[in-house]
Amino acid sequence: MEPLSWGAIITRIFLQFGPVWIALIATFALSIAYKRKLGLYGKLFDSTIGMIGFALVMFWVFTAIIGGPLDMIVTHDALTQISGLKNKTPGIAVPGAEEKELYSYYLLGGDNLARDVFSRMVKGSWVVVAIAPLATVFAFMVGITLGLPAGYFGGKLDTLLSFFANLILAFPVILLFYLLVTPEIVETGIPSYMAAVLFIFPLIFAAVLLNSRYHTQPRIRTPMMIGVLVVLGWLYLSTISEVGSKIAVLPAYLDGFDVPGGILVVFVSVVFVNSPTVFRIVRSLAMDIKTRDYVAAAQTRGEGAWYIMLWEILPNARGPLIVDFCLRIGYTTILLGTLGFFGLGLPPESPDWGSTINEGRKLLSIYLHPALPPALALLSLVLGLNLLADGLREESLRD
Amino acid sequence: MKQFILRRLGTMVLTALCLTFIVFVLTNLAPNLEKVAKNQGNARMNDQEVHSWLEKRGYLAPLPIKYGQWLGVLPGYTHQADDGVITGRCINKDNTAQTAPTFCGVLQGHWGISTVFRKSVSSVISERLALTGWLMMWVMIVMVPGALIIGVFAGMREGSRTDRSLSTVSILTTATPEYVSGVIFIALLASSKFGISPLLHEWGWIETKTLFKGTATSAMKEITFINFFLPVITIALYGMGYIARMTRASMTEVMTAQYIRTARLKGVSFPAVVMKHALRNALIAPFTVIMLQIPWLLNGVVIVETLFNYKGFGWTLVQAAGNNDIELLLGVSVVSVVVVLVTQLISDIGYVYLNPRIRIS
Amino acid sequence: MTKSDYDGPILEIDKLSISFFTRLREIPAVMDFSCVVQPGEAMGLVGESGCGKSTVALGVMQDLGVNGRIVGGSIKFKGRDLNAMSQEELRAIRGSEIAMIYQEPMASLNPAMKIGRQLMEVPMIHEGTSAAEAYKMALEVVTDVKLPDPERILKSFPHQLSGGQQQRIVIAMALMSKPALLILDEPTTALDVTVEAGIVQLVKALGKKYGTSMLFISHNLGLVLETCDRICVMYSGEAVETGSIEDVFDKMQHPYTQALFRSIPLPGADKNTHPLVAIPGNFPLPHERPKGCNFGPRCDYFESGRCDTGDVRMDEIEGDDRHGSRCVKFREIDWDAPITVSEAKEKAEIGEVVLKMDNLKKYYEVAANALFGGGDKKVVKANETLSFEARESETLAIVGESGCGKSTFAKVLMGLETATDGEILLDGNNIQDIPIQDRGTDIVSSIQMVFQNPFDTLNPSMTVGRQIVRALEIFGIGDNDADRQQRTLELLDLVKLPREFAERMPRQLSGGQKQRVGIARAFAGGARIVVADEPVSALDVSVQAAVTDLLMEIQREEKTTLLFISHDLSIVRYLADRVMVMYLGHVVEMGDTDQVFSPPYHPYTEALLSAVPIADTSVEKQQIVLEGDIPSAMNPPPGCPFQTRCRWKGDVADGLCDKDVPPMRTLANGHEIKCHLPEDVLARMEPVIKMAAE
Repeated sequence: MEPLSWGAIITRIFLQFGPVWIALIATFALSIAYKRKLGLYGKLFDSTIGMIGFALVMFWVFTAIIGGPLDMIVTHDALTQISGLKNKTPGIAVPGAEEKELYSYYLLGGDNLARDVFSRMVKGSWVVVAIAPLATVFAFMVGITLGLPAGYFGGKLDTLLSFFANLILAFPVILLFYLLVTPEIVETGIPSYMAAVLFIFPLIFAAVLLNSRYHTQPRIRTPMMIGVLVVLGWLYLSTISEVGSKIAVLPAYLDGFDVPGGILVVFVSVVFVNSPTVFRIVRSLAMDIKTRDYVAAAQTRGEGAWYIMLWEILPNARGPLIVDFCLRIGYTTILLGTLGFFGLGLPPESPDWGSTINEGRKLLSIYLHPALPPALALLSLVLGLNLLADGLREESLRD
Repeated sequence: MKQFILRRLGTMVLTALCLTFIVFVLTNLAPNLEKVAKNQGNARMNDQEVHSWLEKRGYLAPLPIKYGQWLGVLPGYTHQADDGVITGRCINKDNTAQTAPTFCGVLQGHWGISTVFRKSVSSVISERLALTGWLMMWVMIVMVPGALIIGVFAGMREGSRTDRSLSTVSILTTATPEYVSGVIFIALLASSKFGISPLLHEWGWIETKTLFKGTATSAMKEITFINFFLPVITIALYGMGYIARMTRASMTEVMTAQYIRTARLKGVSFPAVVMKHALRNALIAPFTVIMLQIPWLLNGVVIVETLFNYKGFGWTLVQAAGNNDIELLLGVSVVSVVVVLVTQLISDIGYVYLNPRIRIS
Repeated sequence: MTKSDYDGPILEIDKLSISFFTRLREIPAVMDFSCVVQPGEAMGLVGESGCGKSTVALGVMQDLGVNGRIVGGSIKFKGRDLNAMSQEELRAIRGSEIAMIYQEPMASLNPAMKIGRQLMEVPMIHEGTSAAEAYKMALEVVTDVKLPDPERILKSFPHQLSGGQQQRIVIAMALMSKPALLILDEPTTALDVTVEAGIVQLVKALGKKYGTSMLFISHNLGLVLETCDRICVMYSGEAVETGSIEDVFDKMQHPYTQALFRSIPLPGADKNTHPLVAIPGNFPLPHERPKGCNFGPRCDYFESGRCDTGDVRMDEIEGDDRHGSRCVKFREIDWDAPITVSEAKEKAEIGEVVLKMDNLKKYYEVAANALFGGGDKKVVKANETLSFEARESETLAIVGESGCGKSTFAKVLMGLETATDGEILLDGNNIQDIPIQDRGTDIVSSIQMVFQNPFDTLNPSMTVGRQIVRALEIFGIGDNDADRQQRTLELLDLVKLPREFAERMPRQLSGGQKQRVGIARAFAGGARIVVADEPVSALDVSVQAAVTDLLMEIQREEKTTLLFISHDLSIVRYLADRVMVMYLGHVVEMGDTDQVFSPPYHPYTEALLSAVPIADTSVEKQQIVLEGDIPSAMNPPPGCPFQTRCRWKGDVADGLCDKDVPPMRTLANGHEIKCHLPEDVLARMEPVIKMAAE
């Protein structure tokens, strides 16, 4: 068969993304219809920048979900090599596709191991969308749980915590990655221990949040706390405990799921690198908000420090935090790419964008097509997140 | 002020000690040592042999002691083999067991020997650092004025068309990490098959096959526009967007300040308002950002040096880390940590200097 | 154009309309506004926040920002239409012929530029003077605004000066080129009363000296009375009444002006016999203005069918000098009819002593140099030997300016800080050393606080109801959520807010409504002592009266002890039973309201009384202007804290004031002052405020 023309390639790619377009249009139609009732999210649809950003982000989110776990959109298996298609240019026909019931073209060509670039790009989005927001959430939990008391109490506690935050920030990120994300380190169990420490923060956070709010009503608090803590505790133990690794606290039949060591270490280091910055932001916000009269009012009615931090200060810091959250997901995406670029952590055949760019760059002056699609994909996602953050900032500052 | 600098220096030293200790711990973990032994000695050594190999080289001493030795505050290890030959940290081809000094650590200027380059760490680092110094210098020359100009122009009239387009450009550059922009630049400007180079070549505008070079290896000997433009612009662009956005934010804030209205309503013309009243106040925040951006640039340097095959400090870091070259890795971290801390110090002092409100009180 | 050869009116504003444009709608800020300012005349522009008075000023300056636009009418300056001028022409006029003075002196000076350069800039731009010449002019003007050591001042940065000095510099900057028109936008709002008095006097004197016309914008009628010749009252974007000061103050012809005067505490008002009359309802939002007269819905004389139909025009009042009123009924209203007093209230019975402070001291240790840390520690004596008693149902006013230690005192009482020395007795039990977290729920709930800033007092991300319920939860009131919900609604009834407000978010409430919620929250646990920290000072005049009355009413019903912290002596005189005057951490005078407000005074009380502007033409005041600023609490003067500014210091022998802190002396039953002045001098003192009729 003849290779496809560029027009045909674009049409076919457009059709391949069909489910994503439908999901996007539905999201936008619903959101715009109800935008006046949706608070800050609704206001986003008043800003062009915000809408473009949101569209880009949601495009990749839908692509990741539909293409990742649901396995649609992709045309070929991301790991299968088809002989004869090594480094072939976009639109190349797959030989013998009909007998093997394969899609008949490599829409964006083949990479240096004769795998489909298009499918790898789609699959790669799932790696980012699954890790980046979650890692950012964890970084926020750590940053908030430590930053609030540092800003609220100040004094020695603040000095100490800020010193540690600055310590981590003074570490060149790449050096840290090189030191942390190696098979040898994984062997010593350090990432698992770090995970055990870092992942406990959401538990502390939830427990303190509920207790400070409901401690006056033990009848409501106790069952609620037990319920929440059992679920979170099980999730926590399942995550950190891995049969055969250094930490195996849960017996296998209770261990809900396993996180592969490679992913865990990547996850941990990304959280570790991001938390100090979040800490600093939360700290300065807390220092600002604690001077407000409503905080004084809470103090004069004898509220506990954690109630004030979590229910009086935190909700009023949400604007800047949401904006930073979007920016930080983008930054985490870049960090994940950096890790992939240096071949750290993720398995070598992983379709994530950083690794594919790294593989593609070696032959860059001869073959562009393996490196360019993941590069542009990463660019558009991070750009979307930045635009979204900008739109949110603008809208939250209005009226 | 003096006291402030002293306190900052104290914190700096403490931070540097903590960080190097962390690096020390991480590089001296048992699996890493085993890897070193097998790399350096013999890949098929059994556990026994690994153990004695490490013991002979002082690797098995307790961590704080090893750290003290490396630092030069504890006497260097010595090891007497069965045949009576004494080896030790401070014993090398110039110094025998008798003449060797007791202390030989970083404080004495002994940075150890790099196992990858088989040269002393200090010479490797100074050589590579000089190369990276050139790169950084050009990056700063391109990035700082560019970013400030973009930021000031965008923030001067908030919401104007200039503002919108410049802001979009800066968002775009912050969203493009070096490994993405590098790839795109090479594809567009330095590929003999794609982008604009073939066209320019065809039209006879350039004599070479490509407009720019896709590698910067030749820049290690002689820096030219052709071989250095792409690495420099790749790093500069990523940092530029961030500084420009900071400058813009600071500028818009200043432009809405009361005292700018005062100046305007006392009849100062718009250019004079910007130059005389707004600029100095608006540059306080970005200055701190620029200095704090330097550790960030270090990241970019590592990526770009790898991507463009420019064998500077970043490239060395990758080599050292990839091969668990302990002494070199420690040296690299000391240097980068010191760079980071010094820039933080400069940023603090500069902030105080630029801001009269703090300077005098 | 030369500055002198014009003799018509300086400023003529004719039917000016200004609107702001948002994404959703056009918001008219000023409608059909006209006024004329003659040479040398001072025009006062008075109104509540949001009435458009500052917009008029910015309109004159042609500086309305991106969203604001003049949609109708004309502004003529010396006969030339400002609307039609090019940017270049405007620039030549700004700063040289029209100058403006702003509310926040700190914010209106460039922090990174020396004072001298900021002043010199003006003549250098407009007249092209040389730097040396400009420096000489600057020196002259700085001397004119009575700043000490002008050369040092010119070399300083703005942050090195105090608030009062900064405002003098802003005035100096405005006068640098001897403008024909000076616009003052609330120039003293950010300053303390005694500093304000100095600035007001300065502005008046300089206005005469330079023959400058002034447009004086303020929310304070008393201030306008002291500074202006003519006044224009604005309400919701419109001028409602304009005329000479005498005409408007004594023969008002608009219901809003009348209501405004009735809602401010003038001498003679009394919470029991002559209570204030609050204006009912709320200030309309710009896009919710009613049809017809904007004041209609809140007006006592409202007549449906007449007041709510077409636009109301400004109408001249015959016989007066350019006196106009925007009211369809002003000719029919009997302006001299006495106020229908709702009903005179019984004076509440003062009960047992609830709270007693004995020799309370609060010292702080602070680093001398906050940024760089370390160095010497300095002790700030925030409260020095504070002793008083407060009884059930009593209102004790605590009066003082910034830095006097009234907030520290409140913190110690609430338990947010513990006392350095001395005792606080609540029902005879010591509480001075128990921080709030160790206090029992009953102690905490019985001492509560109402805060100053309505926009800060409620958590913006929690519904009103939720915030009150939370207070009930913490105070252990009600057995279950339903109980507490019910109690919340009752509390809303108590503060006269509709019950639906429980579901509202704070941002949907006006300032006065928020302050009511704050009061409801303070009374949630049945508070017996309420510390009200300037509860109405951030509210508009018309709302102040309503909130004050509410507080008084609840106090009467609940027999609360009210500690009313304020700097506003008018309102203190109106509502307090006893008054305590504080200066730099010391109580300088204490006694019954009548005792404190009549001689003999403490010299500070005397100055304070003279400084407070009173909006009553029949009041004659003794002019006492204090020199300089309030010393910093970090660095108090030796001896008597007030000695640096005291005008009576010469009457004390042996320089005692410089050496010793005077002891507290009892003058009459319950009237104490902290002063070295001998009896005969005190007996010589004359009342500061005299009613002319008397």
